[in-house]
Amino acid sequence: MSLSDDQIRRLARLARISLRPEESAALAERLNRVLALVEEMRAVDTTGIEPMSHALDPHFPGGQRLRPDEVTESDRRRDYQSVAPALEEGLYLVPKVLE
Amino acid sequence: MINAVINATLTELSGALAAKQISSVELTKSYLERIRRLNGPLNAFISVDEDYSLARARLVDAARRKGEAGPLAGIPLAYKDIFCTRELRTTCGSRMLAEYKSPYDAHVVEQFERAGAVALGKCNMDEFAMGSSNESSYFGPARNPWDRRRVPGGSSGGSAAAVAARMAPAATGTDTGGSIRQPAAMTGVCGLKPTYGAVSRYGIVAFASSLDQAGPMAKSAADLALMMNVMAGFDPRDSTSVERPKEDYSGSLNLELSGLRIGLPKEYFGEGIEPGVLQAVEEAVRWFASQGAKTVPIELPNARLGVPVYYVIAPAEASSNLSRFDGVRYGHRAKEYADLADMYARTRAEGFGTEVKQRILVGTYVLSHGYYDAYYLQAQKVRRLIAADFAAAFERCDLILGPTAPSTAFEIGANTGDPVKMYLNDIFTIPAPLAGLPALSVPCGFDAAGLPVGLQLTGKHFCEAALLGAAHRYQQATDWHLRVPKEAPL
Repeated sequence: MSLSDDQIRRLARLARISLRPEESAALAERLNRVLALVEEMRAVDTTGIEPMSHALDPHFPGGQRLRPDEVTESDRRRDYQSVAPALEEGLYLVPKVLE
Repeated sequence: MINAVINATLTELSGALAAKQISSVELTKSYLERIRRLNGPLNAFISVDEDYSLARARLVDAARRKGEAGPLAGIPLAYKDIFCTRELRTTCGSRMLAEYKSPYDAHVVEQFERAGAVALGKCNMDEFAMGSSNESSYFGPARNPWDRRRVPGGSSGGSAAAVAARMAPAATGTDTGGSIRQPAAMTGVCGLKPTYGAVSRYGIVAFASSLDQAGPMAKSAADLALMMNVMAGFDPRDSTSVERPKEDYSGSLNLELSGLRIGLPKEYFGEGIEPGVLQAVEEAVRWFASQGAKTVPIELPNARLGVPVYYVIAPAEASSNLSRFDGVRYGHRAKEYADLADMYARTRAEGFGTEVKQRILVGTYVLSHGYYDAYYLQAQKVRRLIAADFAAAFERCDLILGPTAPSTAFEIGANTGDPVKMYLNDIFTIPAPLAGLPALSVPCGFDAAGLPVGLQLTGKHFCEAALLGAAHRYQQATDWHLRVPKEAPL
């Protein structure tokens, strides 16, 4: 399986990354090397094997710990917004989406 | 005196501080002086704030005079720049976060501060921890103190170089596929990747959440144990943190080697390993055998699939984790854009480097409609086969021994053209995190070029103490871990 330039551009659109034309060609080559490496894994017979989504799932068959549904965070909106690129009256500013 | 201090272990430094032979201010000054002298050529630190470090050292000294001293009171430490700190920026080696100042400290940072440690600065790393050489850092590559033309390994390359060059007595790292152990091996220091869930990840920038784990890097196994006593433990703010009693890792270092069953996977002693590496590791095996340990031949038949499995799972999780960098809430935002979608796309194009973009695209591909089952789900199934190999092996042995990396440190630029060649560096370090197992690397010799070789020990879940104990016993009989790099003399 080898990805074309078009497919790379489509993936970049999905991932919200703009690519310069010369960049997409270089990335295509690197991506195709990685996908060739990954091929080996695709050929393995995994009939009847459960996917392992958590590194400790043999220890926690019930899944990860859940905490009680209670408020634990204090209001730190001012702190957290202090690092935002653009703010107005406590709101994050983005380019206009609706006319 | 200064030379002795610079080369001392954490245990020795703690003793000297407690006996008031030295103050934290004096100690911190000697390390800062060394950073000033060596960071130009080695590029191990991204951020250093001398005034902040010294203010902190004065505070700890004052507290000690009042009789208050935590377990690491006055000890200078460096943090990989993936740990959020309020006082110093947290760049994660990326332009995206080049100016980012976190509103909170990581859990690990809080724990070290509470223990009295003094932050020396933030260490260089591969961008978003994606790399095995430190070359993907936006801030330029860190260099290997054993040979500056060579990489220090990665992604925790700056932490490893800092400890190797004695610019810090110890540092934190994170390990997703080998990012603590491989750089430790390449720079002749010690590094432990704890069991998944042993150390809280709260405040650590996420890369691949089913694999990421934080751990200590230092000069000796005993020092790793001291750091683990502070770092490890339950934290409700990390949903993967495991609730279990606090352990004293320093108390169990004198492991009985007689009768210890050491598994030697035939896959870890086969083709593709440099002769210098193989020789040093085999010498270590003979030492353990001479102490009464029993070597057990084992097989990890699916371990070779670790690299391909990892390069599906890690990019998939990274593409999802890194979607948060959109120029809205924090981090870089492009200056010019046409509309919202264009703002996202340009922000991410400018903020991320090539390796990160490549992994996001691989992740986007393997998670996309029509490919999910063939790639991501299949990788998770093969991951279970790899974990099952370890479980079967651990029925016959207590720990598994092998080389940390197939080669010693390579030259800067040698692998940058071919991502797959770079990824194969992690062939022996990737399987343990896939299975969630603890593993460490300690120095076990040098190759013909005088470059350090790392010995990897892998244990059962939550058996860090046994790994540290075996490594400690080895270090009582050898001095590989005490050698000082020739390009960073005392």
